[in-house]
Amino acid sequence: MEQLTWTGALGPFLNPIFTYVAYAFILAVVAQIVASFVFKPAAVGAVMAGTVAVGPKEYADMAAKYLLLALIVLVLIYLAAGMVMPFGKAGIIGAISARFAPVWIALFVTFTLSTVYKRRLGLYGKLFDSMIGMIGFAFVMFWVYTAIFVGVFNMISTGDALTQVSGMKNKLPGTPIRGVDPETCGTGCWYLLGGDNLARDVFSRMVNGSVIVIVIAPFATLFAFMGGITLGLPAGYFGGKLDTFLSFLANLILAFPVILLFYLLVTPEIVATGIPHYMAMVLFCFPIVFLTVLINSRFYTRPSLRTPLLAGILVLAVWLYLSAISAPGTVINVLPESMDLFNISSGILVVFVSVVFVNSPTVFRIVRGLVLDIQTRDYVAAAQTRGEGPWYIMLWEILPNARGPLIVDFCLRVGYTTILLGTLGFFGLGLPPESPDWGTTINDGRKLLSIYPHPALVPAFALLSLVLGLNLLADGLREESLRD
Amino acid sequence: MGLFILRRVGMMIVTAICLTFIVFFMTNLYPNLEKLAKTQGNFRMSEEAVESYLVDRGYLQPTPVKYLQWLGVLPGFKLVKEDGTVLGKCVRPGVSAEDTPNYCGILQGDWGWSTVSKAPVGETLGKRLANTGKLMFWVMVVMVPSALIIGVLAGMNEGSRTDRTLSTVSIASTATPEYVSGVIFIALLASTRFGLGPILHDWGLIEGKALFKGSAKTAMDNVTLQNFTLPVLTVALYGMGYIARMTRASMAEVMTAQYIRTARLKGVSFRNIVMKHALRNALIAPFTVIMLQFPWLLNGVVIVETLFSYSGFGWQLVNAAGNNDIEMLLAVSVVSVVVVLVTQLISDIGYVYLNPRIRIS
Repeated sequence: MEQLTWTGALGPFLNPIFTYVAYAFILAVVAQIVASFVFKPAAVGAVMAGTVAVGPKEYADMAAKYLLLALIVLVLIYLAAGMVMPFGKAGIIGAISARFAPVWIALFVTFTLSTVYKRRLGLYGKLFDSMIGMIGFAFVMFWVYTAIFVGVFNMISTGDALTQVSGMKNKLPGTPIRGVDPETCGTGCWYLLGGDNLARDVFSRMVNGSVIVIVIAPFATLFAFMGGITLGLPAGYFGGKLDTFLSFLANLILAFPVILLFYLLVTPEIVATGIPHYMAMVLFCFPIVFLTVLINSRFYTRPSLRTPLLAGILVLAVWLYLSAISAPGTVINVLPESMDLFNISSGILVVFVSVVFVNSPTVFRIVRGLVLDIQTRDYVAAAQTRGEGPWYIMLWEILPNARGPLIVDFCLRVGYTTILLGTLGFFGLGLPPESPDWGTTINDGRKLLSIYPHPALVPAFALLSLVLGLNLLADGLREESLRD
Repeated sequence: MGLFILRRVGMMIVTAICLTFIVFFMTNLYPNLEKLAKTQGNFRMSEEAVESYLVDRGYLQPTPVKYLQWLGVLPGFKLVKEDGTVLGKCVRPGVSAEDTPNYCGILQGDWGWSTVSKAPVGETLGKRLANTGKLMFWVMVVMVPSALIIGVLAGMNEGSRTDRTLSTVSIASTATPEYVSGVIFIALLASTRFGLGPILHDWGLIEGKALFKGSAKTAMDNVTLQNFTLPVLTVALYGMGYIARMTRASMAEVMTAQYIRTARLKGVSFRNIVMKHALRNALIAPFTVIMLQFPWLLNGVVIVETLFSYSGFGWQLVNAAGNNDIEMLLAVSVVSVVVVLVTQLISDIGYVYLNPRIRIS
């Protein structure tokens, strides 16, 4: 079997076209920038009168636009050819695209359905009015679907993330795996994005790493929000000593350099003392407290509904809570094996806790600020006059009205959490060294960076695209939520 | 104003005390002390040997006592062995037993002894901070002007194509953490086999095969364009986007103000409106943001210094934390608390000073 090239059979005739179009596009953009300084735009009147405004500037604009479209079409051809042609014939790009086929289909379905029904979908639907938001959403959903297809159905990845194949150390992208039978290997014939310094498949590690990131980052952010909201609401609403105390604590944590905090929390010596587990005990309480107060404050006037509802939710939540914190072999092992629903591995729990701990003070400050602002509104005064309790006002009057900024911040914060997870991996903290998550792989690959860049570049671009997607999504959401 | 500053300084001291106590507590947990004993003594020490090593050096006293000794409120631990050697907190190699002071804490100006670099903490950290200062200076020189220019250009015509392009650029820069941009820069600009270096070499534009250096080790003595560009660029890029977005928001807000409209209506040219009327007011908000960026930069500095092996403050932090160098870690956390809170103070004072509406009332 031979080494795959990037574009395979498409290369000889598509690559020259692509290069020319790309050069032409760059020229057009330069011309456009120059033109915008040299020539004035066509008069406004001319456009309004219906005559087409023509000038050098408009020509440059048009050329840039069509060349960009041509570029996009060419990229789509590269990707689509991979799915149509036999595996490997369309080069590395085609093969990767073919492996991602389920993701493309899922993305296509999501976008078609959402665009068709966007008027009935509230804020989510409005997202599809903003180009930036749509691009961001596409990036985010790409990784979410990848994580689902890899984690649940075990598709996409061409091999195992941990298997080492002798002779594949630091091999370039597209190298055929040594010793496999070309007749039977099917999709697992090549290391599509090369091998790393321990001869593992970079592509498989990258897609498997997405599962860890996509599972931990949103959940950790959610927990940080629960903690921040549960403490930030009363701090802002009641003010006084409680506020001073909680704000002091939040500022204390924020004054810590994040990396020092990670080093203090995540080293094996500290994990052995069980401190992260005790912190998990405290931090995981917040969602339960939040849910209880949320339901009680709303339904306490109707005990016949409140009591069974609350009891049901509490039993379930406490069970989940105990399953989450107790694991055999750690300091907290309260549940008998038969009742323990799931065990979170110690490394993941520690990483999770430290990320939640770092994020929640910022959320606290945001929520507190929002409460201080919303508190002065008339509907809060109306509720107070009605005789509603303080928790009802906080959770059912103030919180829903703070949702816009909170949703936007949630997206940004998931991105920030992803960065933090990468930072942890980069310093080799928390997760085991063979873990395929992106931070750890970047750390692995950076030692031989200037000779073999691919093992570090692949996870770096993966992380970049996810965080960029989340930031663009947040920007789109902010724009759309400001509009109404 | 004086009272305000005084209160903030008091707050700073309380925060620093709380924070160092937490660091102290965490670094003095038994597993950490055991690791310290083993790295200082030898790795095959028995349980008893570790115990006696720690007892002899006063590591097993109650944590509050040890903390007060570190502060310099209580006399430092001291133990005279049978053979006459003196062990204890204040003992330094090369200082005779008679000259060893009783108190050696922060209040006496003694930052302690770094067990990893075998030198006084104050001296070592001073050198590291000087290195980081050099890095930060160049980062500021690159980051602040470019961020302000991007922000002003984007904000003066809100919604235009320039605005959209520059805003996307700044979003992308905030979405690129240092370890990603650093890795990409090294792979593309500092490699002898890939990226720009070999191409430029073939064209005969540069001498060596690599455009820049992937390590900043030599930059500690001698800063050159080759060894310092990439670290500076990496730190600057992540902070730049945020400042640019704040500047853009502030500029866009100013451009909708009444006095700008008045200036426009009376026929002032666009250039003059931006330069003379809008810019000064638009730069108040970014000033506070730039000051508040310092603690963030500190974070980036840790990553970049590790990535480019540049022995500065961040590198020292990682080194000390990895080896449980207790007194160095405490000094590091004091420095970072002071940086965080002083920059907050400057940003508050600067905001009041720059904003005439607050200053005059």
